[in-house]
Amino acid sequence: MPTATAMSKGRATGETESFLSATVGKKVVMAATGLILFGFVIGHMLGNLQLYMGAEALNAYALFLRTFLHGGGIWIARTVLLASVVLHIWAMTSLTLVNRRARAVGYRQWKPRESTYASRTMRWSGVFLLAFIIYHLLHFTTGDAHPDFIPGDVYHNVVSGFQVVPVSIVYILATLCLALHLFHGSWSMLQTLGLNHPRYNRLRNVICVGLAALVVVGNLSFPVAVLTGLVR
Amino acid sequence: MKLTLNVWRQKDARDPGRFVTYQAPDISPEMSFLEMLDVVNERLIAKGEEPIAFDHDCREGICGQCGVVINGSPHGPRRRTTSCQLHMRTFQDGDTLTLEPFRADAFPVVKDLIIDRSAFDRIIASGGFISATIGGAQDANSLPVPKENADLAMDAAACIGCGACVAACPNASAMLFTAAKVSQLGLLPQGQPERMDRVRKMVAQMDAEGFGSCTNHGECEAVCPKGIPLGNIARLNRDYLRATLSWGRRLPGAAGGGPG
Repeated sequence: MPTATAMSKGRATGETESFLSATVGKKVVMAATGLILFGFVIGHMLGNLQLYMGAEALNAYALFLRTFLHGGGIWIARTVLLASVVLHIWAMTSLTLVNRRARAVGYRQWKPRESTYASRTMRWSGVFLLAFIIYHLLHFTTGDAHPDFIPGDVYHNVVSGFQVVPVSIVYILATLCLALHLFHGSWSMLQTLGLNHPRYNRLRNVICVGLAALVVVGNLSFPVAVLTGLVR
Repeated sequence: MKLTLNVWRQKDARDPGRFVTYQAPDISPEMSFLEMLDVVNERLIAKGEEPIAFDHDCREGICGQCGVVINGSPHGPRRRTTSCQLHMRTFQDGDTLTLEPFRADAFPVVKDLIIDRSAFDRIIASGGFISATIGGAQDANSLPVPKENADLAMDAAACIGCGACVAACPNASAMLFTAAKVSQLGLLPQGQPERMDRVRKMVAQMDAEGFGSCTNHGECEAVCPKGIPLGNIARLNRDYLRATLSWGRRLPGAAGGGPG
């Protein structure tokens, strides 16, 4: 049977490839790291709700994060998050290159029928989120981008940070971008990991989009609460 | 009906191709889309021009041979309808139709609206079969299959391999096709021995052909003339993950993946 083997590109018919070189494998990396990051943004938002409990509670929580496991805990978390971000971006870049090559000549006319604005802009919302994360770290973690930064006084840093209107607008826009990214990403990652069952799909999607909405509403509330003077 | 057609014309694989506009007056709304093209072609031939090349065979929506992107949708605007089963009454008098071939690097254009879909054949050849001697038909009750699995396998087996899923996918991914072909065997007892090998081989071939990756847009399911559900893609992902995790636990070259 020389026909099929000779005609296929690159590889003889019936051979396999390694997990990480397969598109499906890279998607699993994308989904698994996405799941870790989704879990993080949920926890991050819930922890930050202590803003509404006053300076003492929020600062004590921040101190706990920096000191648990003798100060090692935060570095374990940072390592996992950084590795997730790096792998997420690696998988995205690699798959994007494959996808671009897969249709070098495009259509004159293409009508979306099922895809959403969120699903079609995942790459752009992701790039914007990366830029925001870098700014966010310089703003609230290191204080380099914060004109009135007091190390250890998280409550003060948050309130004085969000009192600057353009800064709050950046945070609000970034949260809306996160909303778009999670609207598609949250259920998409479960689909990629193979979690699909006719009985539970509706529940799956409702829970995923619900959790994403919770993160978004919670995160939006912080700059809004400061700007409206609710938290000062 | 009177229509204006913007048709992709391409002499052969090396020709860069271009759009040519044709007027199509006196089209009956009862014609199928392909019959409309037949009429246009007869007129072109009468004028001594080259007819528009398009693929077709059964014209009953079951062979998977036809397929044209009509106004940005593979097989046109109607759900669960192949190009041949699409009728001109779907359109309005005076409409302009843009006709393009299914676009993917793995589906090179042969001529005009005809593409080469042999990449699909090679995905099947890589593992989309059962390598068991057929023998005589056994008693129907000797291999019990749950009704749900039989239904899901039939849903997946409804795939006619037309390639509309690839054409509609923003990434030109062949995941819905490959997933349907993995599922139709993976859901039945006869498909179990080679289930784990099959999914790895078929995904490897799919990648080697230069198809893109799935980003869960859902465009494939929307244009599929047989309505193959996206759940098949999750099943492929699940099997692929399981095949990867169980890899190396068996002797090299030994097929099989355990139950379920």
